Amino acid sequence: MDFNFTPEELAFRDEVRAFVDAELSPGLRDKVLGGKRLSKDDFIGWHKTLYRKGWVAPNWPVEYGGTGWTAVQRHIFEEELADAGAPATLPFGLRMVAPVIMAFGSPAQKEYFLPRILSGEHWWCQGYSEPGSGSDLASLKTRAERQGDKYIVNGQKTWTTLGQHADWIFCLVRTNPEARKQEGISFLLIDMKTPGITVRPIIMLDGEHEVNEVWFDNVEVPVDNRVGEENKGWTYAKFLLGHERTGIAEIGRSKRWLKQLKQIATQQPASDGGKLIDDLRFRDRVAQVEIELMALEVTNLRVIAAEMEHKAPGPEASLLKIRGSEIQQTLSELMMLALGHDALPFQHAALAPGYDGPLAGPDYGPPLTGQYFNMRKTTIYGGSNEIQKNIISKMILGF
Amino acid sequence: MDFNFTEEQRQFRDSLDRYLREAYDFDTRRGIIGSAEGWSRAHWQQLAELGALAIALPEDHGGFGGNAFDTLLVMEALGRAMVVEPYIATVVLGAGVIADAGSDAQKAALLPAVAGGEQLLAFALGEPRRRYALTQIATRARQDGDGWSISGHKTAVLHGDVADRIIVAARTDGEIDSAQGISLFVVDADASGLSRHGYPTQDGQRAADLHFDKVRVGADALIGPQHGALPIVEKAVDAANVALCAEAVGNMAALIEQTVNYLKTRKQFGVPIGSFQALQHRAVDMYLHAEQARSMAYLAAAKLEAGVAERRRAVSAAKVLVSQSARFVGQQAVQLHGGIGVTDELAVSHYFKRLTMITMLFGDVDHHLAQFGGQLAA
Repeated sequence: MDFNFTPEELAFRDEVRAFVDAELSPGLRDKVLGGKRLSKDDFIGWHKTLYRKGWVAPNWPVEYGGTGWTAVQRHIFEEELADAGAPATLPFGLRMVAPVIMAFGSPAQKEYFLPRILSGEHWWCQGYSEPGSGSDLASLKTRAERQGDKYIVNGQKTWTTLGQHADWIFCLVRTNPEARKQEGISFLLIDMKTPGITVRPIIMLDGEHEVNEVWFDNVEVPVDNRVGEENKGWTYAKFLLGHERTGIAEIGRSKRWLKQLKQIATQQPASDGGKLIDDLRFRDRVAQVEIELMALEVTNLRVIAAEMEHKAPGPEASLLKIRGSEIQQTLSELMMLALGHDALPFQHAALAPGYDGPLAGPDYGPPLTGQYFNMRKTTIYGGSNEIQKNIISKMILGF
Repeated sequence: MDFNFTEEQRQFRDSLDRYLREAYDFDTRRGIIGSAEGWSRAHWQQLAELGALAIALPEDHGGFGGNAFDTLLVMEALGRAMVVEPYIATVVLGAGVIADAGSDAQKAALLPAVAGGEQLLAFALGEPRRRYALTQIATRARQDGDGWSISGHKTAVLHGDVADRIIVAARTDGEIDSAQGISLFVVDADASGLSRHGYPTQDGQRAADLHFDKVRVGADALIGPQHGALPIVEKAVDAANVALCAEAVGNMAALIEQTVNYLKTRKQFGVPIGSFQALQHRAVDMYLHAEQARSMAYLAAAKLEAGVAERRRAVSAAKVLVSQSARFVGQQAVQLHGGIGVTDELAVSHYFKRLTMITMLFGDVDHHLAQFGGQLAA
C-alpha cells in the first residue's frame, strides 16, 4: 500500500499536463469549463488530438492501439484531462462497442471497425433501450428477420445519446421471438445511413437536444454485421454493460465540479451578507460531498487495480456507478443552490458559444440549473441505480 | 501508488485472523467481558507472540518497524473478532506517544515491554464537562522541586483501570483552551495520590476515571517538550482515529457477513427473508457504506505520516465517513435481524454497540466535519 506517486508517475503526470497545455485550445477549454454547448466538431477534434498522440483508448489492449498504462497512469490521465477542462471522449465507440468487438467480433469486424473507432472516423451510438424496455432490457421488441444474407430490422430504439451525429449504431434486436427473452437476442452493427432509419430528437428537461428516438423501418443489415452468434446477443450485451459502468463514475469531472462549487460559493453572497462558503450549513454540505468524493476516488483506484489483476470489470463497477452518480447529482444540486435566486432565469441562449447578449445574474449562472436537472439522468442511465443494487445483491452478496 | 498489501502483510493478517477465529469466538469474548477483570492477559500474551503488539513499533526498541498499514491490518482483524483487549490504549496511543516523542530512556523502558505484552499503558486525555477539543485541559502539573506535582480529574480513560503506566496530558502553563502550555507525563499507576475508578464501557471494554491529587513524578517523567505537547497529542489522537476506522471496517465486514447469512436462512411467509428486494437493497446499502469506509480508512492510514494539515484533513474526513457508515451498518444490521437483533444473545448487538462507541471516540461526525470544513481547500 502506497498512496504516493512514484517519480515515474509524477513524470507521467507532467507529461500529460504538458500535452494538455499544448494541445487543448483555450476556446474549447473555456466552453467546457463554462458549461457551454459542445458541437460535434468539438468532440471529434479533441478525439483526433488524443488519437494522434496515441492516447485516445487507455482501456484498450496495446495490440489494438491501447496505451499499456497501469491503473494509476489511467487515473492520472483522466484526472488531468478533466481538471484542465478537456471534453470527455464519448464512451459509445471506445468503451462500449469496441470491447465487445474485440471479445466476440469476427476478424473482419475487428479489422474494419476498431481502427475507425480509434481514429474517430466513426461516431457510434447505442441502440439498447426501447419505449417498452428500460430496466427490463431483455424484453426488447425490435425485430430482425433473417432473409438470406441479410436481416430485416423493424422497431424503435430510444434515449439514443447524440445519435443525431452518429455514423453507426450497435443494436440489440430480437432474432428469435419464440425463445426465452434472453435467448432470442442478437447484437447487430448498423450503418446509420441505411435506408429506413429515422432519427427524431427528444428535448430533455433542460431544453437540450441530447438524446433521440431511432426508428427502423425494413432496414436491411448484412448478416456479416452481426457480432458473434445469433441469439447470443444477451451475453455480449451484459459484457458491454460491465464496461459501461466503469468510467461512468466521472470522478475527474466531479473533482473539477467540486472546485467550481467552492469558487461559486466564494463569490455568491450568504444571507448575512458574508460569503456563502462561510455559511456553516452550506459549508458542511460541501465538506460532506467532498469527503464522499475522496472515498470514491480511492474506491475507484482499488477497483481498477483489482480489475487489472482479473482482466475484466467485476460487479464492483456497480458500486462506482451508484456512488459516482449520487455525487454528481449532489454537486450539481449544490451549485444550483449556491446561486440562490440567480438560479431562476432560464437563459438557454447563453449556452451557445460566443453568446454576448444580456445576462441576468453572474456569468457562471446560466448552465447550472439546467445541469442540475440534466444530472437526474445519472441515477437512471447505464442501468438504474436500483438495477445496480440488484446486481450487487446477486453477484456480491449472493442473494 | 500501489493498492495491494505485501505478501508478508497478507500472511500476517491471515495468521492473526486464524488465531482469533479459533481462539476468540463470540462465546469466549462473552466470557472475557463478563469476568471481573474485563480483559484476558492470556490472549494479550498470544497477541504479543503473534507479533501484533510489536508490528508497528520501532525496530531498535523491540518492534518490527511497520507502518500505519500494519496497524490497520491488526485493527481490522481485531475488529472482525471484536477483541476487547487494550490495543488502542496500550499500543496505538501509549506506545505511539512514547515512540513519537519519548526520550531514549523512556523508549527503552517502555517499548520493549509493550511489544512483549508485559506492560499496559493508557492515555489520560478527556476531562469532565469537556467535549472533543484537545486543548480543553484543566489538569495541572506544577513544578515541584526537580519534578512535578499533578492534580486533576480525567474521565473515560480507555483501559485506565488496568494500565501499568498512565500517560497524562496536563497543563504546565496557560489557561484551559490555550494551545500552549500542555505537557505530557508518564505516571506509574500505583503512584501515591492517583486513584482509579474503573468501569465497563457500553461496548464491553474497560475505562476509568482517574483522580490525580498532587501526584509526584520526577523530571524524567516529562515526555517531549514542556508546554509544547499539543502536536504530540494531536498526532496520537489522529493515529487512534485511524486505528478506530480500521477496527470499524473489520466490525462492518463481519457484521455484514452475519447479516447476509441471517437473511438467507431466516424464513417468514415460507421463504428466506433475503428473497425480498427491500431487504436485499438494504444489505447492498450496507455493503456500499462499508466499501467507502474501507477506502477512507486506507486513505487516512496513508496520510498518517504526511504533513500536519494533510494528515488532519484526511483523518477527519475518514472519521466522518467511517462513522456515518458505522452508524448505518450497525443500525441496519439490528433492523434486518428483527427482534433477535436487539438481544444480547447474538454478536450483532455487540458489533452495533462497538461501532456506536467508535463513532463517539476522539471526535464525532459533527466535530470532524467542522474540523474538515474549517480547512476546505479551494
